[in-house]
Amino acid sequence: MKDENTYSSFEKGKPVIKIENLQKQFGDEVVLNNFNLEMFENENLVLMGKSGSGKSVMIKCLVGLMEPDSGRIEVLGKDISRLERTEMDELRAEIGFLFQGSALYDSMTVRENLEFPLRRHTKRMNIENTDELVLEALESVGLTKTIDLMPEELSGGMQRRIALARALILKPKIILYDEPTTGLDPITAKEIIQLMKNIQKKYKTSSLIITHDVDCARVISDRMILLLEGTNYAEGTFKELSTSEDPKIQAFFK
Amino acid sequence: MAENFPMATNVKSFFTEIGSLSRFAGRFFKQLFSRPFEFREFLRQCYQMGNKSLLLVGITGFILGLVFTLQSRPTLEEFGASSWIPSMISISIVREIGPVIIALICAGRIGSSIGAELGSMKVTEQIDAMEVSGTNPFKFLVVTRILAATLMLPLLIIFGDFVALIGSALVENIKGQVSFLLYFNQVFDALGFRDLLPATGKSFFFGFAIGLVGCFKGYNSSKGTAGVGRAANSAVVYTSMLLFIIDFIAVFLTELIYG
Repeated sequence: MKDENTYSSFEKGKPVIKIENLQKQFGDEVVLNNFNLEMFENENLVLMGKSGSGKSVMIKCLVGLMEPDSGRIEVLGKDISRLERTEMDELRAEIGFLFQGSALYDSMTVRENLEFPLRRHTKRMNIENTDELVLEALESVGLTKTIDLMPEELSGGMQRRIALARALILKPKIILYDEPTTGLDPITAKEIIQLMKNIQKKYKTSSLIITHDVDCARVISDRMILLLEGTNYAEGTFKELSTSEDPKIQAFFK
Repeated sequence: MAENFPMATNVKSFFTEIGSLSRFAGRFFKQLFSRPFEFREFLRQCYQMGNKSLLLVGITGFILGLVFTLQSRPTLEEFGASSWIPSMISISIVREIGPVIIALICAGRIGSSIGAELGSMKVTEQIDAMEVSGTNPFKFLVVTRILAATLMLPLLIIFGDFVALIGSALVENIKGQVSFLLYFNQVFDALGFRDLLPATGKSFFFGFAIGLVGCFKGYNSSKGTAGVGRAANSAVVYTSMLLFIIDFIAVFLTELIYG
């Protein structure tokens, strides 16, 4: 299944993320075992796996929140293990991250939450009017009225949208989604998935989506990687994988 | 081997904890002088810790002075030494009781709040979100809080001591017919640099201990929401213990210096 010919309907652009032989273990438990991934420009790549299969660990290694035991991670052509702190921060400005639980700063208003990443990069990115950017990001997720509310005053779905607005406020080239629909009701989950599609179209981002939501994968994926016991088990389009006769692959879609 | 001896395990984990706390303190000093300086967040923390603790510290100080004077008065009166009350109360409050009690109150108010806040930020991935958005969370959350606690505690203690003396003066005014002016004249006659300097000096260390332990426990909390509760709780317990140790060392050094 790992043969490149298996994913036929997606046209490859330039690679934006390249992971080679990633290895990570906690004590005796091997979480990632020779994991490989390549994601291309403007692609929506879905990484699917059971809980505890190492998806979140992989995504955290990708942005430098965790250090892998071995392997190589290249983001936008830069080997992240060789980057200094300031270089890593510059690279992070090109990556938006939607956390599983939204991770909004609960002591700050929606406006302050969105201004936070902007303030960090104001000088370097020559940002003059933060208000405009905040409003533009809120408009993209349809929540301009919440600008002065605190996160606790918002519903789970609204919090997820605000977190999405925060992830795209710096107009990143890549957006990483960690379980974007987890904990949401089916209607809100559909709204979030649609929003992700719209954002990809509008901002021309490449998206890596970690999920075990089959609906989400069906609607959004250009290509999928199935993760089993910390390693790539299969790779292909949703159609190719969902019609596979391999019982292990079938188990992902039940 | 140590698993078979619970006492040995406890001692081992105690020293491991001390080691981790020392490394955490080392990281604080290393990052304290490096750019960028999170001045805005530092001021916000000073406001949160200082201004928002004023009422609590004021009430505690007032009651402390009031009760201390009420309790001491009958005994001193018996020996005809009631005129010594202002100097005795002021020296005990400024040198020892004021700083220790107010630091303990602040350990509960500030230490637990830092532990719980950072703990919940950790388990809800807010600290990770900060890191991803290009902010050094240690500098933004830890350095600012420890620094604010270190600078605010002495001010809170000075304020608390002053309110405690007002409480004491009130009792003296009502029970002993001593005017406020006379009371404070006697207080300022009795107090010298020997009383003020060591007390102020140790209050900086009290503040540092409260900030350091609160941040250490919160920043390293784990295991979900239960971990947040544990972080807040252990921040108070460890800080309280540390305050007494610092106080003992401060008194010992003061005795060595002033004889």
